[in-house]
Amino acid sequence: MTKQRLWIVLLLTVVLSLLLAACGGGTTEPAADNAAPADNAAAEAPAEAPAEAPAEAPAEDSAGQYQIPAIEDGKYNVAFVYVGPHDDGGWSQAHDVGRQYVEANVENVHTAYVENVAEGADAEQVIRSLARKGFDVIFTTSFGFMDASEVVASEFPDVDIIHISGYKSNEENFGNLMGAMENMKYLAGMLAGSRTKMDNNTKIGYIATFPIPEELRLGNAFALGVQQTCPDCTIDVRWIFTWHDPILEKEGASSLFDAGAQVVMTGADTPAPADAAPEGKWGITYDYSGNCTSPKCLTSMYWNWGPEYARIVEGSREGTWRGGWEYFDADSGALGLFGFMEGETMQPGVAELPAEDLALVQDTLAKMLAGEFTRFDVFKGPITDNQGNLVLADGVSLEQLDLDGFAQFGSECTTCMYWWNQNITAELPDLES
Amino acid sequence: MNLEIILHAGLATGTILLFAAIGEVFSERAGVLNLGVEGMMLLGAMAGFSTSLATGNVWLGLLAAIIAGGILSLAHGLVTIHFQADQVVSGLSLTFLGTGLALVLGEGLTGKNPPLVPSFNIPGLSAIPFIGPVFFTDHSLLVYVGYLFVPLAWYFIFRTRPGMHLRAVGEKPDAADTMGVNVYGLRYLYVFVGGCLAGLAGATISLSVSPGWYSTQTTSGQGWIAVGLVIFAQWDPLRAAFGAYLFGALRRGILDLQGPAFLLGMKNPLYINSNYGFFLQMTPYVLTILALVIGSRQAARKRLGAPAALGLPYIRGERGL
Repeated sequence: MTKQRLWIVLLLTVVLSLLLAACGGGTTEPAADNAAPADNAAAEAPAEAPAEAPAEAPAEDSAGQYQIPAIEDGKYNVAFVYVGPHDDGGWSQAHDVGRQYVEANVENVHTAYVENVAEGADAEQVIRSLARKGFDVIFTTSFGFMDASEVVASEFPDVDIIHISGYKSNEENFGNLMGAMENMKYLAGMLAGSRTKMDNNTKIGYIATFPIPEELRLGNAFALGVQQTCPDCTIDVRWIFTWHDPILEKEGASSLFDAGAQVVMTGADTPAPADAAPEGKWGITYDYSGNCTSPKCLTSMYWNWGPEYARIVEGSREGTWRGGWEYFDADSGALGLFGFMEGETMQPGVAELPAEDLALVQDTLAKMLAGEFTRFDVFKGPITDNQGNLVLADGVSLEQLDLDGFAQFGSECTTCMYWWNQNITAELPDLES
Repeated sequence: MNLEIILHAGLATGTILLFAAIGEVFSERAGVLNLGVEGMMLLGAMAGFSTSLATGNVWLGLLAAIIAGGILSLAHGLVTIHFQADQVVSGLSLTFLGTGLALVLGEGLTGKNPPLVPSFNIPGLSAIPFIGPVFFTDHSLLVYVGYLFVPLAWYFIFRTRPGMHLRAVGEKPDAADTMGVNVYGLRYLYVFVGGCLAGLAGATISLSVSPGWYSTQTTSGQGWIAVGLVIFAQWDPLRAAFGAYLFGALRRGILDLQGPAFLLGMKNPLYINSNYGFFLQMTPYVLTILALVIGSRQAARKRLGAPAALGLPYIRGERGL
């Protein structure tokens, strides 16, 4: 009898744990990590050191499983919400570098972050707790934090909330910030094509995360770059349905390499392609300037959020910043191509490429940094999709709405981002089901 | 898509589940259900990774992983064997304790590159067509250890005298006690063995199959799959190994299946709609739930051949079966 009941308890708990493990992506455990030491400190402090206790005891607070950092009185308080760990070697780490830039370069600010926050309801709880705690500016740095950010922004009109990589904003305290990474993906595509041609191969791989406009846009920009230096090259795609799962990303990269790819580029958050590259093959990493360390890494398309964050924080404090939709190009200085920016040296696998290909990359980059070559030049006709249809006629550019829209998602785009460039061998993801 | 490549990758990833599941077979055969596999694996992964990084010696890393998993499992042993508390509750807390410890101690390990377990070909055997490239080419030492370990574990449990004692302790502890077998001592021993193997499974991830430390995503629920696998395997190491390799191959196969446009002469459904990949990725977890559903029915469990005293604390003189 009791035995039977035990098994039912076991079953329920395991099902629950699996759900958490599957959906949360590591959200349950930080509870043990973060909350426990704080509780202990609170519990033990009065007993062992009564003299110091009053100052330390009530320092921390928590929202569900997450520890909410404290503000510092008298300073301008800025909080960041990360979807992964702050040292993931990719997306979240790039934001954390930006946070440190703000801390070091803006006067009289205090910054803090909450990491490993699950997208959805958990995110809303965390953002609301930060707002209630008294943070003046909150940066929410994952696509899936968008709706949560919107809700909290409407509840706390005095708090400025900036969401990264989404499309919603209001005219007051809720802003949207993203950059045209398609510029750097385009240049990385040129390098990948050049390298592949030099190695007498024609296959290239792309690890895509979710079937959303951003992933098709970045894949297509990369493919258009490949086309510049290697007209015969083709690109294969693997969908991994996650932003941050280092092991799955590595398996995706291995799958592409084993299928013959010479170079693999990623749209997810970790340096997996370079780690997984076998001898003589190459990976292109993403997001963080410091993650292209392996000799098998060709380059990294990275974000330099610091100056943008500093500008927004200053503007928010002075009251000049207004929520809205902001999308920067390479001339902002917030986008980088590792090995090609000031003070950087090329990776060995890039330095030996044909001079004319390198010159093409360097010239295009120089134009981008000068503001003469933008995302609308990357997506300029003639462009043909892999079904043989003409997407854009000669000289015609995509519109902003087209760059980030699927008609299936209700966008009013005219030439929506629902196509694969002619050199991509995969078929389009089915959005209906 | 290439069957050789999928099977090759499956053997490597399957080795993780193999060690963890066989460890759990030892523990459950002795009558102690340990749901802390996930926590022990994660602690082992962290301990192995950081020791290898600090000492520059991967063998010390493996040793540290084994010891870390083993020591953590003793906490479960103490609570369930000595204090005779509920095994389900204790095992679950062990998962939380293990993950918490691993996360705190593993802070800052991401992105580091310690020495890893070497990979090599087995001379001679690697030349056999198909078998050679799949089983004996470019595998980590741990994969080869796995090949040897499975039959040895089976032989130990079913064909040796200590193995008989192990099973007796899990089937009828009071009878075993009467016959002079040290029930408490053996249960402690096999819980410890299970913990050591879970720790080794963790290090198999962090030092060999997917090198690196990625906090909780290092194990990403594989400890739970191992627990489910034990029921599927009917507490038999040979079946557990088969299941482990199958799940390993499935994990990799899902990605490779997205490649070709045609499969067996038909349009490949995954090529057109990669969303189906979600369902395939889910399969091991669904099978785990299914295994536990079946395992939770007493009649089904009897038919599957579960150790009769599994999950019950042994209190001398108080409870028989």
